Amino acid sequence: MSDRDGVRPGRLESETLAANFADKHPPLDRQAALVESNRCYFCFDAPCVQACPTGIDIPGFIRKIQTGNLKGSAVDILSANIMGGMCARVCPVEELCEEACVRNYGEAKPVAIGALQRYATDHLFAEGVQPFSRAAASGRTVAVVGAGPAGLSCAHRLARLGHEVVVFEAKDKAGGLNEYGIAAYKATDGFAQQEVAFILSLGGIRIETGRALGRDVTLDGLRRDYDAVFLGVGLATTAGLGLEGEDLPGVEDAVAFIERLRQAGDRRDLPVGRRVVVVGGGNTAIDAAVQSRLLGAETVTLLYRRGPEQMSATRVEQDWARTHGVTIRHWAVPTRLVARDGRLAAVACEATRLDGAGQLAGTGERFELEADQLLKAIGQKLLADPLADGSAESAEIERGKLKVDAERATSLKGVWAGGDCIAGQDLTVSAVEDGKVAALAIDRYLRG
Amino acid sequence: MADIRCEIGGIRSPNPFWLASAPPTDKQYNVERAFAAGWGGVVWKTLGEDPPVVNVSSRYGALHLGGDRMIGFNNIELITDRPLEVNLREIKQVKRNWPDRALVVSLMVPCEEESWRSILKQVEETGADGVELNFGCPHGMSERGMGSAVGQVPDYVEMVARWCKAHSRLPVLVKLTPNVTNILGPARAAVAGSADGVSLINTINSITAVDLDAMAPEPTVDGKGTHGGYCGPAVKPIALHMVAEIARDADCRGVPISGIGGISTWRDAAEFLALGASGVQVCTAAMHYGFKIVGDMIDGLSNWMDAKGYARLEDFRGKAVANLTDWQHLNLNYAIKARIDQALCIRCGLCHIACEDTSHQAITYEHAGVGPGGARRFEVVDADCVGCNLCLHACPVPDCITMERVDDGTHRDWTTHPNNPLRKQAAE
Repeated sequence: MSDRDGVRPGRLESETLAANFADKHPPLDRQAALVESNRCYFCFDAPCVQACPTGIDIPGFIRKIQTGNLKGSAVDILSANIMGGMCARVCPVEELCEEACVRNYGEAKPVAIGALQRYATDHLFAEGVQPFSRAAASGRTVAVVGAGPAGLSCAHRLARLGHEVVVFEAKDKAGGLNEYGIAAYKATDGFAQQEVAFILSLGGIRIETGRALGRDVTLDGLRRDYDAVFLGVGLATTAGLGLEGEDLPGVEDAVAFIERLRQAGDRRDLPVGRRVVVVGGGNTAIDAAVQSRLLGAETVTLLYRRGPEQMSATRVEQDWARTHGVTIRHWAVPTRLVARDGRLAAVACEATRLDGAGQLAGTGERFELEADQLLKAIGQKLLADPLADGSAESAEIERGKLKVDAERATSLKGVWAGGDCIAGQDLTVSAVEDGKVAALAIDRYLRG
Repeated sequence: MADIRCEIGGIRSPNPFWLASAPPTDKQYNVERAFAAGWGGVVWKTLGEDPPVVNVSSRYGALHLGGDRMIGFNNIELITDRPLEVNLREIKQVKRNWPDRALVVSLMVPCEEESWRSILKQVEETGADGVELNFGCPHGMSERGMGSAVGQVPDYVEMVARWCKAHSRLPVLVKLTPNVTNILGPARAAVAGSADGVSLINTINSITAVDLDAMAPEPTVDGKGTHGGYCGPAVKPIALHMVAEIARDADCRGVPISGIGGISTWRDAAEFLALGASGVQVCTAAMHYGFKIVGDMIDGLSNWMDAKGYARLEDFRGKAVANLTDWQHLNLNYAIKARIDQALCIRCGLCHIACEDTSHQAITYEHAGVGPGGARRFEVVDADCVGCNLCLHACPVPDCITMERVDDGTHRDWTTHPNNPLRKQAAE
């Protein structure tokens, strides 16, 4: 066994780590922003707006960049999407607004909408202005569970509408996946907390951290004590591989790995394997694989049971991983975790294919990947128990998610939900929209 | 290879591209660099009587648009601020070094015969090919009774032109100011004064912008601004119109024209020549990009002429003048309709919204679903389309929108239209 083997910290020097985890897409400077904003055609009923889950008036905010009305630009963005700053950094624009851009026709190069959105919102944050104000106090108080994108979006809109909001957050910090789940190079310089502070600066929102549903508060209690409840609880547990050896040292949830990485003071202290295998096909898998490489893993293999088209990670994300030296192995699953000296040493795999009936099946072709670390990113699940705990009636669950209507109302009177705990795209931008839509519905409900 | 040699009022140059009287032609150093780059001629920056004028800083204002710089440009610089003797010495040297190029000297002196007689004599001694009378400069000098203060009064234009012809054997070009209600007034005066040609347009009275922090017009000199002379690509349409008006005016009797105003490319130059100019003068484009641009001007004009079968400039010069007419003679029966090439259309919808909001509601918008693809579709409603061309101009894709002729080929203009109370009755 080489002394480089194993899951160990300090594989790279601090300077290298700092460079590796620098801003994925550095911000546009003024000149670049002006050149790019001039590429926008100001389309009528623009396809990019239709493609944005929060319906940001994209040609409108870009025109305001052109004219130097940066405050107006940022306010337009944040009016539709209070997390427009984070979404500018993490949205898969290649399959949302930028995919819809008419510049794709003929020249195959959309306007850099995400980068422009960041340019405008960065300006506002640098000014430290809260451009929104609160309506006259309604005398109503709403409980929000979960201080992630859905919960904070809901809270901000409710507070704007004149309601008081108390947010219960199980973790130590607000922000949800923006704080704990996004790759470090997508939200540098503490941006997630900067955004939380911006949202709270409106007033009317109190966050109680370290308060978990089912442990410190119950849904029944919240329904009794508050005028309405919004659930933005996310997906609190992960799926397992169901393989022997899953409890071996070196085997871990990718979510936990990423969270540790985001919260680390000094990345030199972070242990990472020499040979890492990541299992999964979503953005969590990509983020875990790329960040393993950036921490100094020599080889990183991403195993996905189906083909590139079925991966929920976009093509751009897959290319990003390959650019960083991640080997993506499609059509393969792990079948056995091989131990040596009580630690993970290899992952036995089998190639897969679709059988005649379109079902996934093993081909019988087997291979083994040496690995001292395996990160599982095969999906997260709703933790249903805390929702039902001590309640006379429970919210209806459908295909593992809370069932909601178009206004994000659950089956329980006075309870709304949004974000990853309901069906839909598991994107920050979708969660923000859920929170906004629910807040408007709650407002109508409270004003009866 | 087309022959692009040029002649204006007896002044010859190897190509029609001259640098206009302006900062690029202020001294030997610049002019020789220009000739080395290929320019066919220069009009030396305007000479005046000593003591020389004093210039300010800053001197230029500009209109930038949508990322494009210097669409429009203005200056508040005066005539040369170097001693007359220095300029004359350099002119003589440059002409000796570059005998095949046109070297015309721009002049501006007080409106007294003796002043003109004196300076003409000195210019003749340099061997220069001609003089251009600066009756156009709209700022500074006009406050002293020179420049456009002369050019705006046809009687003065004729008088000074006549003095110059009387006191010099050199060809005399009169540079006209566009800051008049009708360019034909001073143009006809120049012809009446026996000028050998006219140059136009000089710059247009303008304020390019207002500094909203300093609350002062730009360019700003120590907190104050003054109107300057506007030029650059934005003024080309104005210049083309004035050149064409002179070219088709019977009283101007085919006076040679040196076209000026926003010329940046060989295509611009070809347009001026098509409307009757014999050659062109350039300034802003050179001040933006340097003298190298003349390479494409020469090459591009030659290639275009070859492609069109024009052997010499005279083969197409003035060819568009016959097609310039008064509105009343336009064919009211002519009808065109917009056609959208759906294969080229990028679905931006600019044609629709322009027509819907500001014109004739003649382009429909159909859409189904969201996302990329052909879910959006824009179609012209022939019955409502008046053939105005707005959609064609708004469309960002070349050749996506074209206009198709749909009329029966008949002709009726306003002079005989029933709605015209003053119509000419059919021959009785």
